[in-house]
Amino acid sequence: MEAWAWLFLTGGLFLGWSLGGNDGANIFGTAVGTRMVRFSTAAFIAGVFVTLGAVLSGAGTAGNLGKLGQVGTLLGAFLIAVAAAYAVYLMNLRGLPVSTSQTIVGAIFGWNVFAARPLDLAAFGNFLGAWVVTPFLAAAIAALLYLPIRALLRRVRLHLLTLDLLSRYALIAAGAFGAYSLGANNIANVVGVFMPLSGQIFRPIALPGGFVLEPERQLLFLGGLAIAVGIYSSYRVMMTVGRDLARLNPLAAWVVVVAQSLVLLFFASQSFARFVASLGLPPPPLVPVSSSQAVVGAVVGLGLLIPGSRVEWRLFGRVAMGWVLAPATAALLSLVALYVSQNVFNLPVLP
Amino acid sequence: MKLTPLFSSVRQLEGEIDLYLDHVLEAGLVFSRALEAYVRRGVDEDFARYIEAITRVEEEGDGLRREIETKMTFHTLIPELREDVLSLIEQVDQVTNRYEESVYAFYVQRPALGPVGEGVLELARAAVTTAEEMVKAARAFFKDLHAVRDHVKKVQFYESEADKVATRIGRELFESELELAQKLHLQQFIDRIDDIADTSEDICDELSILVIKRLV
Repeated sequence: MEAWAWLFLTGGLFLGWSLGGNDGANIFGTAVGTRMVRFSTAAFIAGVFVTLGAVLSGAGTAGNLGKLGQVGTLLGAFLIAVAAAYAVYLMNLRGLPVSTSQTIVGAIFGWNVFAARPLDLAAFGNFLGAWVVTPFLAAAIAALLYLPIRALLRRVRLHLLTLDLLSRYALIAAGAFGAYSLGANNIANVVGVFMPLSGQIFRPIALPGGFVLEPERQLLFLGGLAIAVGIYSSYRVMMTVGRDLARLNPLAAWVVVVAQSLVLLFFASQSFARFVASLGLPPPPLVPVSSSQAVVGAVVGLGLLIPGSRVEWRLFGRVAMGWVLAPATAALLSLVALYVSQNVFNLPVLP
Repeated sequence: MKLTPLFSSVRQLEGEIDLYLDHVLEAGLVFSRALEAYVRRGVDEDFARYIEAITRVEEEGDGLRREIETKMTFHTLIPELREDVLSLIEQVDQVTNRYEESVYAFYVQRPALGPVGEGVLELARAAVTTAEEMVKAARAFFKDLHAVRDHVKKVQFYESEADKVATRIGRELFESELELAQKLHLQQFIDRIDDIADTSEDICDELSILVIKRLV
């Protein structure tokens, strides 16, 4: 790989690192926050599974995000990724539960405007629809999981210590599943804009046994690693999110992680989409969605079920605000960055 | 890390906690018998046997408690649950200690109970009933969280009954013709027995909070 290509790829990898730092907390926060699992163990499991998810199931969402922009140059892709990362940073300053998925799409929208490309309204519609559906779907899944499992636990009356041991392993398993789903779904944010250009960055690698590691897979692997590194640097976020989630009972905390993971996988799995299509139903769009907003949805969903819980409707309001503000800010930043690069520094960003 | 040995060691720990609670119940039964023997016949052979029995039960209970605490400290439990269970076991241990201290106080000081003998027995029965219900609440905490509330309610009722008995015999005592020094001496015994019921109620207050934290 050329050195300059590495430089451009850093924009995406930086986004991957910040994504891992923020969203790793959603999947292992409870287990680490309650000191059930050591941070290093959680980060290792999450790192391995996030990379596996990215490589094995990430092609669908990453490919769709790549198609959305059809960014023809590495410099363009780099600027889009950096604009998205900076927008995430700005939104974080305002304390909004912002999504990298939304900022990257906003940044791609900025690219479309700059390149005077006609907007693929159907594709954008899919993205917007998925964002809106995500928290509601997570809320519904959380409620559907919680009620029967609670009824079962009340029926079988496990000894508290046995239940404790089961909770511990269930949370670790849910964390691994969550990491896989996060890698599968959110890898698009990290390397999606680079996907159509992966042939310019990597060469196919022949593996023993006649297997060939295609450039796309190499890109997905690298993106997965960037998220994994981000997770390794997320100790403080994990403790903070963990303490918030741990206010829920262990079952509710587990349900939140599983519901979030199922939603991410719902919008990422090509196999599931094919299965749905084979039933003659419209398959879900394979698009990156926000894991944080899925968590908010699941927590609100459970809040409606658990007596005495206070439902944070304001949090839902802030999520809705993020749907508008995050992509709009990223679009503006990306537009400005592309304009400045092409017209001030004379670095062409259009193919 | 294999799961089966972990589950079996948890099962063993569960068994030890059950056994420990059995010891608290046994201590209560010995305490009742010892007091009855004392009120009826003073310090005789039977009473001496009860002294030995309560010492043995208390020592065995202590041994079990230490073993549970050691296992829980090294066990892979959720730390918050571990702290709660350890604190519960420590508090329950106070009830066994109160039983033993009371029986020894009778043995060492040999108070002449005079007009309050029957009252002391009534108070002891109320205190033991309260403590037995507390043990049921503690067992329910491990096996059926929703049942804890029912036992806690009963503990509150029995503790209040014990208080009423203690007040009544206290009044009878101070209305009697005994010397003030003897009245004050006997009041200490009444307070000591009533304290068993109070401690049981305190444990149940703590249990109620633990249940709220875990109720699914």
